[in-house]
Amino acid sequence: MTTSALRDLVSRHPGHADEQPFLEVVDLRVHFPTDDGLVKSVDGLSFALDRGRTLGIVGESGSGKSVTSLAIMGLHTRPASEQTRPGARLSGEIYLDGDELLGKTPEYVRRLRGKRMAMIFQDPLSAMNPYYTVGHQIIEAYRIHNPVNKKVARKHAIDMLGRVGIPEPGSRVDAYPHQFSGGMRQRAMIAMALSCDPDLLIADEPTTALDVTVQAQILDLIRDLQSEFNSAVVLITHDLGVVAELADDVLVMYAGRAMEYGGADQLFNRPAHPYTWGLLGSMPRFDRPREERLLAIKGTPPSLINVPSGCPFHPRCSYAARNHGRSEEVRPELDPVEPGHMVACHLTKIEREAIWEHEIAPKL
Amino acid sequence: MSAPAQPAAADAEQDSNLIIVEDLIKHFPIRAGLLRRQVGAVQAVDGVNFAVKKRETFSIVGESGCGKSTTARLLTRLLEATAGKVTFEGRDITHLKDAQLRPLRRDMQMIFQDPYSSLNPRHTVGKIVGAPFRIQGVSPPGGVKKAVQDLLAAVGLNPEHYNRYPHEFSGGQRQRIGIARTLALRPRLIVADEPVSALDVSIQAQVLNLLEDLQEEFDLTYVIIAHDLSVVRYVSDRVAVMYLGKIVELADAEALYSTPMHPYTVALMSAVPVPDTRRRQQRERILLSGDVPSPIKPPPACRFHTRCWKAQEICRTKEPPLVELVPRHQVACHFPENYPPNEAADLR
Repeated sequence: MTTSALRDLVSRHPGHADEQPFLEVVDLRVHFPTDDGLVKSVDGLSFALDRGRTLGIVGESGSGKSVTSLAIMGLHTRPASEQTRPGARLSGEIYLDGDELLGKTPEYVRRLRGKRMAMIFQDPLSAMNPYYTVGHQIIEAYRIHNPVNKKVARKHAIDMLGRVGIPEPGSRVDAYPHQFSGGMRQRAMIAMALSCDPDLLIADEPTTALDVTVQAQILDLIRDLQSEFNSAVVLITHDLGVVAELADDVLVMYAGRAMEYGGADQLFNRPAHPYTWGLLGSMPRFDRPREERLLAIKGTPPSLINVPSGCPFHPRCSYAARNHGRSEEVRPELDPVEPGHMVACHLTKIEREAIWEHEIAPKL
Repeated sequence: MSAPAQPAAADAEQDSNLIIVEDLIKHFPIRAGLLRRQVGAVQAVDGVNFAVKKRETFSIVGESGCGKSTTARLLTRLLEATAGKVTFEGRDITHLKDAQLRPLRRDMQMIFQDPYSSLNPRHTVGKIVGAPFRIQGVSPPGGVKKAVQDLLAAVGLNPEHYNRYPHEFSGGQRQRIGIARTLALRPRLIVADEPVSALDVSIQAQVLNLLEDLQEEFDLTYVIIAHDLSVVRYVSDRVAVMYLGKIVELADAEALYSTPMHPYTVALMSAVPVPDTRRRQQRERILLSGDVPSPIKPPPACRFHTRCWKAQEICRTKEPPLVELVPRHQVACHFPENYPPNEAADLR
């Protein structure tokens, strides 16, 4: 996708006709050299995100969604030279508020972490240090970015814990992570991530480890805090239900590439990629009459060392044969199907709409 | 201490039940101090009653710590109950000894959540799937290798992969290997503890479809333990909802999902995210405050009263029994939802 196409996509949000979006990822590639070959975890990914909006990145394990988020945060270990291993080889551009990050030194990006961008991880138990109290860990990050004394920082930590809904924050601030329940730990981590009021929040499977009632609480919390802080949120998940709850825009990833990208309403009401159809058909639906049979996607996700030629989804796609071999040979680019809605697929618009209307939609 | 064999019940209702659970209790002792004296107990399962009919899919759903996995392990006798009774095919199996249990393993098998830790990485697929024959001393017609290859084919794997190791397979394929192993001795009952929760969505659907096909083909009865309400609805005939060691609601799947009666079930269902943006605005969500209380010290009387928006004095003092309020729909609540309020009052 060209940068101008990206700009088009972003421009549908009011007030951003010509400005650069707050977060812009252009042709990102993250490759890991291994003994078995080059693992192409992310291979040419582009997207954009504005303040106050939420982008949901959906995909299955190995689709590259977490690798993407680590690339934005500058958390990949990069090799000292092209020949050394291990490490990630990154190329492309990542702009945060106009500032290109991939070319910057690790130290420069480190200073941005916490202050300008922060991350919530899936497993709060392993993301927190068990040796230190929850308060200590929040205070530590806050004082690195803000020149305040311990007392002020502690008050801020208590404040943040209260904001994320932890009861009795005044005493809980001195508790250790293991003394919290799973939901409370996740809240504490959100408090930690938001303590410096970051402009960009990346939430990597923030509710996957949680029970459904706690998940609902956390999703509400993220939504409320986002509107309060006006941050840009990248929500990474495998759960289309969570995406439908929270996201404004959705990016569907497969084998390190974007398959479909558009507004949440477009993607859920008029999905255009066979893989998206497959994901929707694979989920038992809670809100509809019980399915007779799930429309599973055949086969398994590809190896990232040996990604299928052409469209990476073609070996599993029921419609690839209709493209007269193009699916096997030509890699499809993200092309607009309607304003703000793009899909990387060789099916023609007419074919796609016919398949959706007659074969997919009635069964979903 | 083996209980004497129970005389087989004669009436049809009993006859169609494959497994019956009565007042099942499992407390895990907590020991402390120099003498390791018992200072408390995790009341993981605390008085559970249900019966599973032949060829039915019975699911137990609930959040972490509600006792659903413990119940599964009590059914298959991987754990021994503290009190209560488990009857399998008319036989009391609650306190059978190891030697008495072994023949029973042919009839009941388990599918585990994690397809990575439930397969021995040093054994080939052939050895893993053939293990039940070896352990039970069964020689299938046509030999073990043939039987294993048939099983691999039945679960949708290539029979030629007989000599491969688990690491050569993806998560979904491994789960199929585990399923092939459970099918080896043609069990009557399969207890599946979160059979698809470790799998990707597209693979999840494949495995769910497979489980459904196998039930038909092998005449299986399933007890499925899961936390995903959408998956449970898709696979189940009947569903039990557990909360802190007790069943709070038990009904046919369709009835449970269309007219949930226990406030906890209602809250649970309202919390499920639905892949439909149009519902984002409309839906009314009941947000439960706080966390599930500790099963070491569960709240008295109705265990849900600390988080229930309908709780009144009686909920704190009198435990609601699990009763059949409408035919085939059991609820343990003083103030059930979707139920005529005047009748609910009479009931109390």
